[in-house]
Amino acid sequence: MKLNSNVAVSDSGFVFNPATGNSYSVNPVGAHIIKLIQEDLTDSEIGKKIAEEYIIDAASVEIDLYDFKQLLETYKLLAPVEK
Amino acid sequence: MSDKKTYERPVIVPLNTGLMNKFGTRTEYQPVIDIDGNPVKDLLAKYGSPLFVLSERKIRENVQSAKRIFETRYPKVQFAWSYKTNYINAVCNVFHQEGAWGEVVSRFEYDKAIKNGVPADKILFNGPDKSREDLELAVKGNSPIHIDHLDELYLLTEIATEQNVKPRVAIRVNMDTGIYPMWDRFGFNYENGQAWNAINKIIATDKLNLIGLHCHIGTFMLSAEAYGVAASKLAELAISIKKHHGKSITYIDLGGGFASTNTLKGSYGIGADAIPSMSQYAESITTALLNAGFDNDDLPWLYLETGRALIDDAGFLLGTVLSNKRLSDGRRATILDFGLNLMFTSFWYDHKISPAQPFGSHTEDCVLYGPLCMNIDIVRQHITLPPLNPGDHVVAHHMGAYNITQSMQFISLRPAIVMIDMDGKPHIIRKKEMLSTLEKDEVMPEYLDTFNL
Ligand SMILES: Cc1ncc(COP(=O)(O)O)c(C=O)c1O
Repeated sequence: MKLNSNVAVSDSGFVFNPATGNSYSVNPVGAHIIKLIQEDLTDSEIGKKIAEEYIIDAASVEIDLYDFKQLLETYKLLAPVEK
Repeated sequence: MSDKKTYERPVIVPLNTGLMNKFGTRTEYQPVIDIDGNPVKDLLAKYGSPLFVLSERKIRENVQSAKRIFETRYPKVQFAWSYKTNYINAVCNVFHQEGAWGEVVSRFEYDKAIKNGVPADKILFNGPDKSREDLELAVKGNSPIHIDHLDELYLLTEIATEQNVKPRVAIRVNMDTGIYPMWDRFGFNYENGQAWNAINKIIATDKLNLIGLHCHIGTFMLSAEAYGVAASKLAELAISIKKHHGKSITYIDLGGGFASTNTLKGSYGIGADAIPSMSQYAESITTALLNAGFDNDDLPWLYLETGRALIDDAGFLLGTVLSNKRLSDGRRATILDFGLNLMFTSFWYDHKISPAQPFGSHTEDCVLYGPLCMNIDIVRQHITLPPLNPGDHVVAHHMGAYNITQSMQFISLRPAIVMIDMDGKPHIIRKKEMLSTLEKDEVMPEYLDTFNL
């Protein structure tokens, strides 16, 4: 899954989706993850990256990531999966 | 030490959607790391999760403050602890140590008060359900019996005649105090003359000693003025009794019902901001009594059966996050290890819930569910909280009134109750239930003892 093109994430955790005009606030871990999604990393790569920087294990990050991506999808920030 | 950063679950929250929250609930959710100096984490590790915690300091402060507020306005004030509000014996005894008598509404509460050492003549016996045996016991103890209905009046008159004693009684009066709904299912009505008729009957038959007039106009009363109306009406009855029968009434009992700092569902504003203060209730009641026209040497005692307002904010329910889910509308659902089974009052209150550990500045709208397998097990339908992880702890506030006495062992056993004393030391005041607690009174018919599967 990819982040919709044009979605802008600021360092202060402000997310703007020009396609819908909606804006969001995201916490630092969330902002970090969005950046990594934009870099096309896989879930397990994201898990590892986050675990390197934060006090958490990669497996727990992946659980949270699953939930977080669902939310991004709900908010139409993630491009739908091609069927 | 690693230089890794503290992790917080990723969250994203839409901005400016729907109405702005004008109450700025963010500030409601400061973490509550300890209760009277005891870390939440340690209490749960030691006594198990969930856990009821009561602050003895807070209870005493509440009673002392309420007494001061009333006693500086009126010379004769007596509080009676409403057992049903919280009848754990240790709790009752804190109230009794503070000078409160007992107020009970059933035989087992009566027996509890006696066992706790309350003199029988300082137990006010309320409620519509008193059997002949209960009444006989109360008569023997010279307890003030608050008569609820005519059948009780006849039964008590019969007992008095048989035993050739004159029981001390009050009648419960219901009335229109300008609030809705009117609690007219208990006692005798003031406006239609029922109360006055009952009074005349009692005095004419001369079998019972009418010493008091009682009312309990409702519960979680948001109007202090209603108490003034109630006090005036009871005072008027007392003065009419004096005038027509030459008899002085010893006390006027205004029952309970002062609001606690909880937030009623659907109300605007948060608890403390929306309810009258104890001083407002006191002012309204004492002004009415002082202006009613009693002779100075004939002022009746003012009895109060205040429950929730004296204990709600001294009680906490500590618990643990079991898991998180995402609902179909994107909202987070957090499942806690306590629910309706331990907080029956969440039917009518939006309980304040705080995380018990520090958190960042991001919050999410979520639903808090309890652990029961039923759809109605909702702790909070809408709440804004920082992301919570399984194993994190939460503190539910204002749990001191009714939650313990109405808790059920449905699906899960009831937790321990701890009271933190004046020096900050925790004491178990009721042990955690075990399977054996539950099965203690079960009986297995012999023919059902075995089976083959
Ligand atoms: C007769 C009577 N007295 C006192 C109380 C205590 O009420 P509260 O806890 O609202 O003060 C009640 C509660 O319903 C009651 O019925």
